[in-house]
Amino acid sequence: MGSDTLFYLFGAIAIGASLAVIGQRNPIYSVLLLIASFGALSGLYILLDAPFVAVIQIIVYAGAIMVLFLFVVMLLNAPHEETEYDERVHPLLRSGPTRFGVALAVALMVELWWALTKGRETGGFPEGSVSSVAAIGRSLFTDYSFQFEVTSVLILVAMVGAVVLARREPRRPRSPGNP
Amino acid sequence: MPTPTLVHYLILSAVLFTIGTAGVFVRRNIITVLLSIEIMLNAVNLTFVAFGRALGSADGQIIVFFVMTVAAAEAAVGLAIVIGLFRHRESLNPDTFTTLKW
Amino acid sequence: MSAFLIAQIVLTLFVFVMLLSSAAVMVYAERKVAAILQQRMGPYLVGPKGMLQPLADVIKLMFKEELRPRAADAFLFALAPMISATAAFAAFAVVPFGAETTFFGLLNEPLRLQVADVNVAILVVFAIASMSVYGVVLAGWSSNSKYSLLGGLRASAQMISYELSYGLALASVLVMANSLSLSDIVNHQAGTWFGVVPRWFLFIQPVGFLVYMTAGIAETNRAPFDFPEAEQELVAGYHTEYSSMSFAMFFLAEYINMVTVSAVATDLFLGGWHGPFLPASLGWVWFLLKVGAILFFYIWMRWTLPRYRYDQLMRFGWKVLLPIAAVNLLATAAGVLYFGI
Repeated sequence: MGSDTLFYLFGAIAIGASLAVIGQRNPIYSVLLLIASFGALSGLYILLDAPFVAVIQIIVYAGAIMVLFLFVVMLLNAPHEETEYDERVHPLLRSGPTRFGVALAVALMVELWWALTKGRETGGFPEGSVSSVAAIGRSLFTDYSFQFEVTSVLILVAMVGAVVLARREPRRPRSPGNP
Repeated sequence: MPTPTLVHYLILSAVLFTIGTAGVFVRRNIITVLLSIEIMLNAVNLTFVAFGRALGSADGQIIVFFVMTVAAAEAAVGLAIVIGLFRHRESLNPDTFTTLKW
Repeated sequence: MSAFLIAQIVLTLFVFVMLLSSAAVMVYAERKVAAILQQRMGPYLVGPKGMLQPLADVIKLMFKEELRPRAADAFLFALAPMISATAAFAAFAVVPFGAETTFFGLLNEPLRLQVADVNVAILVVFAIASMSVYGVVLAGWSSNSKYSLLGGLRASAQMISYELSYGLALASVLVMANSLSLSDIVNHQAGTWFGVVPRWFLFIQPVGFLVYMTAGIAETNRAPFDFPEAEQELVAGYHTEYSSMSFAMFFLAEYINMVTVSAVATDLFLGGWHGPFLPASLGWVWFLLKVGAILFFYIWMRWTLPRYRYDQLMRFGWKVLLPIAAVNLLATAAGVLYFGI
């Protein structure tokens, strides 16, 4: 019974925080609310008997990726969103592509809801086994070892790319003609 | 309140996905667009873990591991691009980058 | 409410109160040890041998005026010290500090002296350590002063850089103990070799211990790696605009982070609560002694070594410590595979 209420609680926090991320204007608050949403998702992973993924979510997403976002927002001193539109109208209801985008998203949600409740299967989860970290590790290094190695190359590429893309233009090379 | 089943988790994940999609369409700040993409990726992670639990295999969690890695790499490169763009035009509004001229 | 549940609640409150008082003891100990190292007397006026000095400090801090710069973001300004303090306390929730005990037969089943026994305990410690970066960076940002912002960004860049070596040192212990649960790792270190040398991981993994302690000291912004704090002597640091209880929360968080790093180091490398001459139910005495030794080492290092400059610090973290930690992990994995330690 307790875990049922926890599902609804975490679900409500995740949805509420995500709505606030896209709904409000200060980018720092968006990042912090997204961290709250990730925390709620981590709780949901624990309810789904995946403690490893839950902790990895906090370490990687909330602890590293969001710190990166926060640094960038602070260094760029990201201004509040520009308001060439009418200030009184909420950003999600402004005319033009905004309203169309909201309508499209609502349509998507209705379609997905319809599709997901069409299935015949309504049983609960089977009596659980918590996948041990050892089992995950073994599977990762045997069945999925190729993907694992490719991922390491991907991270290397991303690191080099980020450093190259974000650096300033190098100075002109010095020569006897240039002081 | 009914006991959550697989369908409940899938609906939650669908709602989160559409919130992320709405954020990408609607917001006029590149960083918030990237944050909305992260919301979408998290919704997909939740789907994978829910199905992995329902089918009793650890593969769902392993795929989530890879999705998180890809999301981290994409966030890093995306933010580096944002920094480069900001240095050039001093604006984070994607509408200022509509011409192909640098 | 069974006796077991009451015992667990009491244990949680007990750990919380002990952490708070450990911070007070650390304040006093730091000043006394610093004084002895510098051949002077430290606090000696307030109470016998100056032992009530921390109480005097707390009262002074409580009565100071709570300031906030007008241009500061009020919500984040109030939130940042709370994040720091909460992360510091929360990390101790999964650290075991004694063997299972039934409190002399009062309980029906043994209670582990650990607030929450999760089987991914090491990762939880690491996760909460990465959350404590937010307290620093939000403090720097919300003060809305250029020096605070730069100080906060530098401090948090230092913390996330040393988290990598921290994690790799943890991973090498994990490879040896074959489990992520801190209780299992401590129990792996019970017993002795040849009846004399205890089976601590320190003796098999000296490099790992050094890497862990170095990364831990850098994570807690202490000793030779405290450039972001020492900036106060030169420019401002991330907590300049804070006063009174918010400032107290930052330093409380710092001392409790030190205690947590020492406690986790004791559990991982020094055998936790195992020790000779005492029965298992008094294992916490050994735990306290070992943690105290590491904390003394922390204080000793602060008042002995000059501090690193910021670029030297970052260079050390990325170009020296991280490769050492990675090679250590590989060597440990090879050793476990071939020698079956």
